[in-house]
Amino acid sequence: MSILVNKDTRLIVQGLTGREGRFHSEQMLAYGTNIVAGVTPGKGGQQVLGVPIFNSVTEAKQATEANASIIYVPARFAADAILEAADAELELVVCITEGIPVLDMISVRAYIDRTQTRLIGPNCPGVITPGEAKVGIMPGHIHIPGPVGIVSRSGTLTYEAVAALSALGIGQSTVVGIGGDPIIGTKFVDALRLFEADPSTRHVVMIGEIGGTDEEMAAEYIAEHMKTPVTAFIAGQTAPPGKRMGHAGAIISGGKGTAAEKIKALQSVGVPVASHPGEIAEMVARRL
Amino acid sequence: MKLHEFQAKRIFAQHGVPIPRGEVATSAAQAREIALRLGLPVVIKSQVLVGGRGKAGGVKLARTADEAEALADQILGMNIKGYTVKRVLVDQGVDIRDEIYLGMVVDRARRRVVMMASSEGGVDIEEVAATKPEAIKTVAIDPFLGLKAYQAIGVASSIGIPQDQFRNFTKIAFGLYQAFVAVDAELAEINPLVVTGEGTLLAVDGKMVLDDNGLYRHPDLEEMRDLDEEAPSETEARINGLSYVTLDGEIGCMVNGAGLAMATMDIVKHYGGSPANFLDIGGGAKSEKVAAALRIILSDTKVKAVLFNIFGGITRCDEVARGILAALDEVKPDVPMVARLVGTNEEEGRAILATADMITATTLAEAAQKAVAAARGELA
Repeated sequence: MSILVNKDTRLIVQGLTGREGRFHSEQMLAYGTNIVAGVTPGKGGQQVLGVPIFNSVTEAKQATEANASIIYVPARFAADAILEAADAELELVVCITEGIPVLDMISVRAYIDRTQTRLIGPNCPGVITPGEAKVGIMPGHIHIPGPVGIVSRSGTLTYEAVAALSALGIGQSTVVGIGGDPIIGTKFVDALRLFEADPSTRHVVMIGEIGGTDEEMAAEYIAEHMKTPVTAFIAGQTAPPGKRMGHAGAIISGGKGTAAEKIKALQSVGVPVASHPGEIAEMVARRL
Repeated sequence: MKLHEFQAKRIFAQHGVPIPRGEVATSAAQAREIALRLGLPVVIKSQVLVGGRGKAGGVKLARTADEAEALADQILGMNIKGYTVKRVLVDQGVDIRDEIYLGMVVDRARRRVVMMASSEGGVDIEEVAATKPEAIKTVAIDPFLGLKAYQAIGVASSIGIPQDQFRNFTKIAFGLYQAFVAVDAELAEINPLVVTGEGTLLAVDGKMVLDDNGLYRHPDLEEMRDLDEEAPSETEARINGLSYVTLDGEIGCMVNGAGLAMATMDIVKHYGGSPANFLDIGGGAKSEKVAAALRIILSDTKVKAVLFNIFGGITRCDEVARGILAALDEVKPDVPMVARLVGTNEEEGRAILATADMITATTLAEAAQKAVAAARGELA
């Protein structure tokens, strides 16, 4: 078992013919992900990497019975691409694209909330269920199947944690990168809920960072609803206020969103917080 | 991107928000001319991208043309919290009866633009939020419906705006929201929104922060960027497509990925050192980008050691290692350097770096400890 993606995922790649889309599609295919279609308006009818290309998501879905999509289109077209996937009633949309204007995301999220579609991201590395499907840009080979679910706002920091767990022989059920933007489709609480309901996930690692209050909300959720143990890490203890640290959402504004507040909130509900990334895997190994 | 007061107020005015008549001056003589043209009294307001200008003596009332010239002369060139005043806004004086706060901001938790208003105008809203939170009223705006009149009136009533001003307030709230959406703002504030002696409402001070991700839609606004907002090294980083924030410490950090870059700063601190910067070189960084990053890090004279922390995923360690070598060739640093390359092609990467004079490490903890020791001169 796993969450969000598995061997039955039938994936559309929106923007497969672009440079990024093509490169990562190759990697996903090599991992064994079942890519059934690509979508690039104006390139319908072509075959790229052995995958048929369609002009629209709806056409692609009708022809292939796809149930999920991943988006690699540039920021100025990405909001439209998300809405198109939701309108085609796909179950899952993963948006890798960084740089979508926040007002666009407010509208997109408000629209998505009225549909059955789940959005992961934007500005995220994607989702992987080791051994089954890689829907994202993460290096597949560092993952091994196992009992630990990971949810994170960051990319490489997650790979760091995954590699350390795998090195100790501890595999992952599913690893979800929810993205570094202020407005995202799936938050910590949503991912934690999915992991809690997944019998194969016996431990959850949550990797947060400065900005916003999603980690605090996650702490409340853990206290009230979770039986699965959670280990956490929060990046940005040394980040200065008012400065954006790479991710659009990683900013302490108006004195809110500090790492210290988040760590305190998690510790107060009994979630141990690693003091540096190397400690995450050791703590999980002790607690499993 | 932050806008100056005069820029923000111009945008507000374009969307129907009344502002005082005023013009920008870069010299005292010019300020005098403007004062005479507008009619006295006038307010001379420093234009710097930082709050607390009034307390710092950067906002003054002038009753005569001579006074306007003298005050402009005094304020121009003034240093306010590290920013030099290059321009002043000369605004017509306003008869202030009451001061209100009106702002709009992207509220992450509610996933909406939220309108905030308070009867406690003219003071820092964060201070009001801390000391008198009940004085701030908020309402979330539906992105498809936009701001509705009943919402504005509800807020006006709850903060005690005189009933004969409800229509004016609503018009200003609509204008502010329209301006917010039109320029892809993430924050817009009128503070204070003044109830004048004549019984009208006037946006006396304005602030706007734009969403950098929306700037591609507003090339005209991008041109208004004041480079004083960022350190010169931050400007160079932005032009080179790097995420860089300068800090006070002595260990320069070069990392791929924002989260890992923050975690690297944190672990340097954890082991008793102090990070000199946040720097994310992004994925698949080529040698030119690595070289630019190294130049920027070393342009900070406080830097006593450099820590490279690269997690090779899709980014290959050998590629980054070649980038580092090329950068070293060009920049020729004279501080110790610690490199930690792990992940895809790490052996090749380490082999490439073996030819360079670098301290190597395998774990992040080890790398951070070595960088801290190197900065103290404890490692040769």
